[in-house]
Amino acid sequence: MEVSNNLWSDALDRLISNKFSLFGLIYLTFIVVLALLTPFIAPYDYALQDLDLGPSGPSWEHWLGTDILGRDLLTRMMYGSRISLMVGFLATTVALFIGVIWGTVAGFSGGKVDTGMMRIVDVLYGIPFIIFVILLMVIFGRNLVLLFMAIGAVEWLTMARIVRSQVMSLSKQEFVMAAEAMGVSKSGIIFGHLIPNAIGPVIVYATLTVPQIMLLEAFLSFLGLGVQAPLSSWGLLIRDGAITMEEYWWLLIFPSIAFSLTLFSLNFIGDGLRDALDPRAN
Amino acid sequence: MLNLILKRIGIAIPVLLTVVTLTFLMVHSAPGGPFDEEKAVTPEVLAKLNAKYNLDQPLIIQYFDYLKGVVQGDFGPSFRYPGRSVTELISIGLPITFELAFYSILFALAVGIFAGILGALRPNTPLDYIPMSTAMIGICVPSIILGPSLTLVFGIWLEWLPVSGWGDMPGDKLLPTLTLGTAYAAYCARLTRGGMLEVLNQDFIRTARAKGLSESRVVIVHALRGGLTPVIAFLGPAMAGLLAGSFVVETIFGIPGLGRFYVEAAFNRDYTMILGSSIFFSFLIILFNLISDLVAAALNPKLRE
Repeated sequence: MEVSNNLWSDALDRLISNKFSLFGLIYLTFIVVLALLTPFIAPYDYALQDLDLGPSGPSWEHWLGTDILGRDLLTRMMYGSRISLMVGFLATTVALFIGVIWGTVAGFSGGKVDTGMMRIVDVLYGIPFIIFVILLMVIFGRNLVLLFMAIGAVEWLTMARIVRSQVMSLSKQEFVMAAEAMGVSKSGIIFGHLIPNAIGPVIVYATLTVPQIMLLEAFLSFLGLGVQAPLSSWGLLIRDGAITMEEYWWLLIFPSIAFSLTLFSLNFIGDGLRDALDPRAN
Repeated sequence: MLNLILKRIGIAIPVLLTVVTLTFLMVHSAPGGPFDEEKAVTPEVLAKLNAKYNLDQPLIIQYFDYLKGVVQGDFGPSFRYPGRSVTELISIGLPITFELAFYSILFALAVGIFAGILGALRPNTPLDYIPMSTAMIGICVPSIILGPSLTLVFGIWLEWLPVSGWGDMPGDKLLPTLTLGTAYAAYCARLTRGGMLEVLNQDFIRTARAKGLSESRVVIVHALRGGLTPVIAFLGPAMAGLLAGSFVVETIFGIPGLGRFYVEAAFNRDYTMILGSSIFFSFLIILFNLISDLVAAALNPKLRE
């Protein structure tokens, strides 16, 4: 095997050599590319109804069948994937942003600032946020932007804890002291030295956060509290499928498979990354 | 130990207060009054309704009145079910939700701990990776998929089990329990395996084996106590997840529990019911987290610092 001394290319080698992670990477890439290209390649319009046709099983015209309003399921799944993935990635970015900054500042400042900041995290941690997300959706309408923000604002807590402990152990090391001695500013140390070195566990946790958030979105949409028709998301499609599954099984099965495989992929990639970035774990 | 209990309660109280205050403010900042959807109410009737539900007072007074009620277990009247109090609705739904959660957690612990021990005793053999890959499936297939799929296969295609209800027909509790419990069984299996692997490598286990104790005694009496700590610490968060999961499972299977009441209240914009049950759910979740933390600390002295 090729000798490499770069952490990232090493990690990538290890990630690809794990069959499950490789499968996850391939499937996720496929889904993401499909989602990005949807407006150009989707076979039908997502809201186009064909009431004469109504619900029909898989056929040449409609590969995955049509729903009770005669809308093409494949098209709706493709558009649904855009919303599900967007919620997952955007909310994770929000969580990442808040969590990394909060954790770094707390860990780097230490003392009373640290205690105060982490006490706030402790208190927020105890709050059952699923209840709050539902409340938000009920009170302020089913607004997608709000959904991102609410979910992102929930998920940063663990991130802050992880980053803080990373930063605390890093900031005791010589290279940080050296930077301090050379007169690098605090923000220079934080952004130039601490965050880049703490990034490994952060990436792993972020990868595992995306499926959790997609699940939360699906959960809300399933209850009828998330994305609203004629838009679609996987959660909403599964809800519609569950309502009509007695006669039209395909409406439940296809979205369920697509969604489960995506959750699998993200979890496999996350697990694979954890092993790949931390060789000691094996 | 006493120190820890006091510290944890010291965190739990501000958390509870934050929850009550936040939910109260959120519900009261909802656009539109609670009676907007009523058919053309005259101003006099509206004033009477507002007076009846204590909505004509300044917000701060309402807040303290509400707080006083909550402390005494009184969540006020329901907007949508006239003549019924929120406390009454909670006490109707709660036993059913608890029953469902209890069966699910029992199922999760029984299956999960067994599979986890098996995996830890024979690591990296088929006895380990077959249950563990199944566990991965259990974690990745969410209840919104598992519930309808199980219903489709066992309820509709095979016609083995009833597709809805709770206690009306024999066997109708099985599918909801499986739907809710499977993911937790999977987590329990992974946590048990991890915990047991760690404990089984320690010196006191070697000593126990060297003393000539039977393998089953070593595992059950000596290793399990430490090995199960992660599972016990997980029970608190699991309980929170089970309550949230009950929203979905009770909706899918038409179970008249608190979870379905909650979702219905969310749909009907029954604000007092949402407010009351949100606070009640939060209280339960915080309580279970507290208990599981304390039990975990009682079992494992290392966690007491």
